[in-house]
Amino acid sequence: MAPLLELKGITKRFPGVLANDHIDLTLEKGEIHALLGENGAGKTTLMNILYGLYSPDEGEIFVNGQKVAIQGPTDAIKAGIGMVHQHFMLIPVFTVTENIMLGEEDVKVGGFLDRKKAAQKIMRISDQYKLNINPNAYIRDLPVGAQQRVEIVKILFREAEILIMDEPSAVLTPQEVDELFKIMRILVDQGKSIIFITHKLREVMDCADRITVIRGGKVVGSTTPKEADTKKLAAMMVGREVELKVKKTKAKPGNAILQVEDLKVLNNQEQFAVDGVSFEVREGEVLGIAGVQGNGQTELVRALTGLLTPAEGKIKILGKDTTKEKPRFITELGSAHIPEDRQKDGLILAFPVSENLVLNSYQHEPFSKGIRLQFDEIDRNGKQLVDKFDIRTPGINTPVSNLSGGNQQKVIVAREFSRPIKLLIASQPTRGLDVGSIEYIHKRVMEKRDAGCAILLVSTELDEIIQLSDRIAVMYRGKILDILNIEDASKEILGLLMAGIKPSEEMKHKVTKEEQLITT
Amino acid sequence: MEKQKQVQKKQSATAIFFEELSKSSGLVTFLAILTGILISGLLVAFTTVEVYQAFSVSFWGGIKEIVKTAWSTYSTLFMGAFGNPKDIVAAFQGGDALTIRRAINPFFESLVQATPYIFAGLSVALGFRVGLFNIGAEGQIFIGALTATYAGYAITGLPAFIHIPLAMLAGALGGAIWGFVPGFLKAKTGAHEVIITIMMNYIAFKFTDFMINGPMQDPNEYTPKTPWIQESAQLTHLFADPIRFHIGFFIALGVAYLVYWLLFKTTWGFELRTVGSNPNGARYAGINTTKSTVIAMSLAGSLAGMAGANEVLGLNFRLVPSFSSGYGFDSIALALLGKNHPLGVVLSALLFGFLRNGSRQMQLKAGVPIDIVSILQALILAFIAAPAIIRTIYRLKKPDIEEEGVRVSGWGGK
Repeated sequence: MAPLLELKGITKRFPGVLANDHIDLTLEKGEIHALLGENGAGKTTLMNILYGLYSPDEGEIFVNGQKVAIQGPTDAIKAGIGMVHQHFMLIPVFTVTENIMLGEEDVKVGGFLDRKKAAQKIMRISDQYKLNINPNAYIRDLPVGAQQRVEIVKILFREAEILIMDEPSAVLTPQEVDELFKIMRILVDQGKSIIFITHKLREVMDCADRITVIRGGKVVGSTTPKEADTKKLAAMMVGREVELKVKKTKAKPGNAILQVEDLKVLNNQEQFAVDGVSFEVREGEVLGIAGVQGNGQTELVRALTGLLTPAEGKIKILGKDTTKEKPRFITELGSAHIPEDRQKDGLILAFPVSENLVLNSYQHEPFSKGIRLQFDEIDRNGKQLVDKFDIRTPGINTPVSNLSGGNQQKVIVAREFSRPIKLLIASQPTRGLDVGSIEYIHKRVMEKRDAGCAILLVSTELDEIIQLSDRIAVMYRGKILDILNIEDASKEILGLLMAGIKPSEEMKHKVTKEEQLITT
Repeated sequence: MEKQKQVQKKQSATAIFFEELSKSSGLVTFLAILTGILISGLLVAFTTVEVYQAFSVSFWGGIKEIVKTAWSTYSTLFMGAFGNPKDIVAAFQGGDALTIRRAINPFFESLVQATPYIFAGLSVALGFRVGLFNIGAEGQIFIGALTATYAGYAITGLPAFIHIPLAMLAGALGGAIWGFVPGFLKAKTGAHEVIITIMMNYIAFKFTDFMINGPMQDPNEYTPKTPWIQESAQLTHLFADPIRFHIGFFIALGVAYLVYWLLFKTTWGFELRTVGSNPNGARYAGINTTKSTVIAMSLAGSLAGMAGANEVLGLNFRLVPSFSSGYGFDSIALALLGKNHPLGVVLSALLFGFLRNGSRQMQLKAGVPIDIVSILQALILAFIAAPAIIRTIYRLKKPDIEEEGVRVSGWGGK
């Protein structure tokens, strides 16, 4: 029997770049086929070709053994192919039903929308695949995970057999990711087939039936989770051996660098986003702050870096009270900040790489004398850091907006790490980055730790927290529920804490060497 | 998104040259101007009776008439702006000084018209660079003119080399105050500068009227006019009459360079541009965005104020009601045309000066209404603002590199 979907020799050239180079791919009915590759490997191009957004220069597409010509999304939908985009295509002020009906409206006599009929169909789909969707809810009121399920329903509503999911986990919390994988399993169990695009190794190991790895526009290999391990996959993806786990020596903590006492911070809605938090970070150690996104981590970091003034409490950096100080004062004390949103806060996208590299040191010699900027020095510094931190850029005068996400992050890391710093506040330092960049940034962070820097690491990626931290604080609804030493932490306990449940003492004692996830 | 880098493999130097050229925004600007001129020419032709008459005779006759009409319109526009080449040659051959001056006067008059545009354009461009939309240039021009006039007639007994800078500075200071208010309100309360500057315009117009009709009215005059400014405060005219060209033009060029230097070569400019490009990033970098907003609006105000001062000290020598016929509003368009870069502003100010001056001759001699120049300016701007149109018409490629963007917050934004 012919496979459900077959791509043969798909080639797509962009001016000067071969985005897809004779790619062959088959999808069997009822399987989750993961397409694994780094950012820029050609995954999204391939899927855009399949969905009709690009037309291939060469190659053929077969559905159920029949050759199809896909000129646009309409053809794709007709062929039973649906796509869940990384960024949702939903209208927030419309209800779930209205969003799903859009473009496929049932009308009653007189041209009125038949919302009821559509809602019934949505309910049926939702029940069949356990999607738990309320057709009458407004999109703006739904959490991200539910919005994604609406996107899935939208595709199923159009009778799709093949679902393309483009980096579906990028916007989800760890719990929502688990939820999503369950749903994907239900979908394939009932006969649907899924192409799952990702660059996260753990995810393909968790949920894929088959894995195809793409690098530089070519298929490098196909495997299954049983045959492969993350190390091998990472090597296939990057094209060289990758250290998935940073080498970590025992921390030698020294004096407290950052001290936080009973800190309370208000958010935009005048609620306590940070509600009485106390901790300290000592030199030579990493304190990880774990927690599901939106539990006050953002506000905590903004308060620590002077971007928000706390309502109550005290912050001390290197013994100085910085509770009410401005960002510049805190920076000049020797504190560095890798912001959560690199494009919004950390970079001036329109400015060249060289100027972004002096964004918080331009006012000092040698980068300026009096009020005159010294471009020779700024350029020299730029060249030096681009070399040292291996920033891939056409030149130091290229606007940062033209760099890939990983290289943008490297610009920030280079800038912050090249200053003499005593404290590093890193918020989501590897969000959205590929394996190679993550490896690189983790290494650099550990180097800083071993050089005696105090590091506060805020991340929603539990793996990252466990890998890098010496102590882990879990934030839930603005409070720190517990601070654990890494030896006492297990994924299970952390998971409970992240959900707001304090594990019993006896559970804590049950943690044995086997259960520790530090070693995987 | 997948990489779509335009890495060229094998290409001839010419191909690369055209590739690069087609991506530059300078080319788009040039083509926008060209396209605007073409369309306006057609508009003139289609509003001319003779064209229809010619068409009723024969098609090719009509086409010929279109070309003829457009040609005569633009040639009078050109001669109005630069002078008639024949007259200039003849005048130089004749050797009579007054005839020569008359022949070359249109060119210098265009420069005179361009001068306030340079100042006001710089004002708006500076605002844009910092993410502020200064619609208040016109009001700042009025206040600048008012304070410069006062410094021009009330202070006596100074030598020109002190009095002229002093009066210019007075104008700058007046404008700065008028720019400071919206800047301060925006920084402290979040009030949107667009609304505040519009309101400040009205206050400036009425306040100027009041001053000219009252405290500052020349007691020897029955109509509302201020006294003449001292001769020592008048910007030196470089030729005898009828050429009005004065040193204000060179001051404007100097100020343009100064703005360029400030914006692109100093730490202050770095801060201002950072705030304009990404205020969140600026705060992260420890830049005081509040201070930057106030400074930027004050500086913008002072530049527009100098435009007002330039008009009084260089041309009118006294302040009369409604002296600025819309320089401040035109300069918004002009700043955009010049991509908010001081050099671009100077170039587009020259263009606007030539158009403004040339259009008068065009109206007088070719009988084409002066409004056609407004249409021409509007078309050019529309094409600049929507480069996609120009790129589509001329099949140009999209630029790889984003320009340093102008980011102006929406209504009610902070």
